[in-house]
Amino acid sequence: MSRAVSIPALVALLAAIALPLVPGVPTYWITVASYIGFSGIVALGIVVLTGVAGVVSFGQAMFVGFGAYTTAILTTRYGWPAFATLPVAILITGTLAWGIGAITLRLKGHYLPVATIAWNISFFYLTGGLDFFRRFDGISGIPPIAIGDFTFTSGGASFYYLTLAIVALLVVLTANLLDSRVGRAIRALRGGVLAAESFGIDTGRARILAFVYAAVLASISGWLYAHFQRAINPSPFSINASIDYLLMAVAGGIGQIGGALLGSGIVTIVREKLQDVLPHLIGTQGNFEAIVFGFVLILIFQFAPEGLMPYLRRLGGRLSRAVSPERPVVAAPPPARLPPERGTEVLGVADLRKTFGGLVAVDDIGFTVRAGEIVGLIGPNGAGKSTTFNLVTGVMPASAGEVRFLGQPVQGWLSRRIARLGLARTFQHVKLVHGMSVIDNVVIGAHLDGHAGAIQGALRLDRAEEERLFARARAAIARVGLSEYEQTIATELALGQQRLVEIARALAADPVMILLDEPAAGLRHAEKTALADLLRDLRESGIAVLLVEHDMDFVMGLTDRLVVMNFGSELAQGRPAEIQRNPAVLEAYLGSAA
Amino acid sequence: MTLPPLRGHVGLRAEAGRGPSREVVPARVTGTALDLSISLILLQDGVVNAAIYALLALAMVLLFTVTRVIFVPIGEFVSFGALTLAALEAGHMPGTAWLLVLFGLAAAVATLWAERRNLTTRIWLKTLGETIVLPAAIVGLVLLLAPLKPPQAVQVALALLMTAPLGLYMYATVYRPIAEASVLVLLIVSVALHIALVGLGLVFFGAEGSRTTALSEASLALGDLVVSGQALSVLAVTAALIAGLYLFFERTLIGKALQATAVNRLGARLVGISPAFSGRFAFGLAALIGTLGGILISPLTTVYYDTGFIIGLKGFVAAIIGGLVSYPIAAAAAILVGVIESFASFFASELKEVIVFMIIVPILLIRSRGALVLEDEE
Repeated sequence: MSRAVSIPALVALLAAIALPLVPGVPTYWITVASYIGFSGIVALGIVVLTGVAGVVSFGQAMFVGFGAYTTAILTTRYGWPAFATLPVAILITGTLAWGIGAITLRLKGHYLPVATIAWNISFFYLTGGLDFFRRFDGISGIPPIAIGDFTFTSGGASFYYLTLAIVALLVVLTANLLDSRVGRAIRALRGGVLAAESFGIDTGRARILAFVYAAVLASISGWLYAHFQRAINPSPFSINASIDYLLMAVAGGIGQIGGALLGSGIVTIVREKLQDVLPHLIGTQGNFEAIVFGFVLILIFQFAPEGLMPYLRRLGGRLSRAVSPERPVVAAPPPARLPPERGTEVLGVADLRKTFGGLVAVDDIGFTVRAGEIVGLIGPNGAGKSTTFNLVTGVMPASAGEVRFLGQPVQGWLSRRIARLGLARTFQHVKLVHGMSVIDNVVIGAHLDGHAGAIQGALRLDRAEEERLFARARAAIARVGLSEYEQTIATELALGQQRLVEIARALAADPVMILLDEPAAGLRHAEKTALADLLRDLRESGIAVLLVEHDMDFVMGLTDRLVVMNFGSELAQGRPAEIQRNPAVLEAYLGSAA
Repeated sequence: MTLPPLRGHVGLRAEAGRGPSREVVPARVTGTALDLSISLILLQDGVVNAAIYALLALAMVLLFTVTRVIFVPIGEFVSFGALTLAALEAGHMPGTAWLLVLFGLAAAVATLWAERRNLTTRIWLKTLGETIVLPAAIVGLVLLLAPLKPPQAVQVALALLMTAPLGLYMYATVYRPIAEASVLVLLIVSVALHIALVGLGLVFFGAEGSRTTALSEASLALGDLVVSGQALSVLAVTAALIAGLYLFFERTLIGKALQATAVNRLGARLVGISPAFSGRFAFGLAALIGTLGGILISPLTTVYYDTGFIIGLKGFVAAIIGGLVSYPIAAAAAILVGVIESFASFFASELKEVIVFMIIVPILLIRSRGALVLEDEE
């Protein structure tokens, strides 16, 4: 995600400031520009919610309505000044969004957008059906925004500048938020919930946070809108308006902050022009712009699902390329925790069992891994190795048996809770966040070492902590030998290098133990040697290592002990040399000698 | 100063008495306490509406399982079907004719573009026959018959003939090019199509609502309760259609092929069931059911160009309760929705829609309980 300060952004800001100063610009265009600002704020929230966190909402207009109705009721009925209602609007919307999110965001996949449709329609009929909201007539006589004697008049330059200032502020806050610890947690949602959880990120919380943030932005837009129109009714907060906002974000480019403003600009202006032109062309009255917009949205998804922003970026070339900001290089911080004494038990597994219906995937497995030891878990495909990994890391609950980590029973724990004790892992199918640089991916591993929340992140009060986390990540990247690729987009690297990025991410967590799922797959010979050296180095520093691997040369030369599984149960345990001679193991791998 | 007409959305219909369901019964009983006879009337009302929601729910489940499309525009088939029948009844040429020609042309372009690398004479003829000649023939037939004010059965047949093929053309134009996209993208596109269709509905049918004459004027007295012939015909048609669908899926090869696609798309493809064929068939069937729903509801309530959306959404609530995969649960849920709606309109008519749409939340919560999202989607 690019920082707010880039040359095109500055040019756009200056142009926006200059607009009312140009002689001869009609008030009409100032008004249109204000509307672009209102919708741009909502679309900005959708960028965070849908583009970054991957949650699709058809209900953003409802949150605009929360803000608008809050201020309308407080100002007209209780005589509050307009500015005093803004914090209340934010608070009410934030609380309601949190409640709605807590109920709705647990829903999977396509149920979620469906539920937001239901919420939005209910809100529409609720405001239209209750006297409290003045039904479909709506609330009129909303006072203008004023500070002392100065009034921000609708349609005038002052209101426009107020809108512009709020938009600029929110753009900066959003960019800051996305470039913070919480922002990375939200961005990690798209790279795989599983990976994020295994580094201690509470993904449910991250989703709700994105949802609340988008809702709060929408309510700020609603607050502005109410004081601009001076009268409101339910229809600008209907499901159709929600779809409009989604169209704006999608048309601009849903992954980028700039796309939100670009999209709302294009959609608002095009609608204005279509409303002028189409009835003349066709000769009758109708909602022609709705027809055009519907088909434009369909065409966007058929031909340019990324929106318009990527095209502009290509035109703009390097000027606005999304890169993480350079950070000062500081020495690696001291480890977050001291490794346990060499030889003490780190992981203890006893009688571990997992059944899926009648199938016994893991059948009473037991083994231990000690500090400063590399243990290999091997076996033919389908032996239950990955399931064992998932049971140990808390990805799925065991049917029976015990898992102890540093002497503490952890079976039944969620993976993010186990991660707090110092367990880090990699994945058989690499799970890195798409479009994010290597260093930003690796720093997710250090998530638990930080504490900054969303507000600290948005206000940049987290710099000292961020420096520490990034130093840790940088040290981890250097350790796997990828320093020159720090700023490269992680998913553009070769598969072997991506595996190393995953190992770096695990190291950034400063773990007591690392679980590696086929780390050598896809690596070239020289890379394998380097990886083996790295793992020996980790062993020397007292870290416990458990790895699943199919490359026998790699495993035999590296591990201290092996656990062999077949059909879910344990076939053998012992030193590599013993295992190589074990007749049962030979039969499982090579078939019966007879 | 006057502000420009920004945010001029096609709002949901909101004025009093323009709700999509029947306003007659609640008006008759307003101010009365709920007693047995009123309960029976409300129940009858609810069940009749429910039958139509059930039809729409079944069509959505069918379409979702076969193509993964959540077909929001099914509501427009309800509106268009009803308004087409109303126009025919009045002896006008329905606006559907032009829609049919337009979508046929779009489908012709989309299909020829998709097949541009293997355009044989056969494909040319087949495509043009389906997308140009067929709509032209239908429009010609209607032009010929409409002024004659044919009997009601012929009018119903004509309305079905004009409206249902739109589903095929929508599939060819909008959905087939992105058939492999994610459920979410398909959903967003469905919503966009709905928006466009509502706009087209206003253009081709106008802002006026219409109501058609009942399919049957007979009535049946059961003690205190008078059951109208229309109510009976709605229930009969729904029951017949459900039975027909059951036979179709269980007894015919095409039905089995659709079922196979629903269970396992890749597997169905590997055994030679063309996904394009299944998609076309499912869209055609769903469009037909949607249109039929519109024709059945048209004598019961005044239908406007955008009435179908809310009706469709209620069918959709039922489909969702069935998890978008279960026909029996969806049908049962439709009855629940219809009856709750009917009683809600008696007790709190302003909040009727709120109550109906909030049913979905606890149901969805129960469905999602324990399903912690840990594995990645898509």
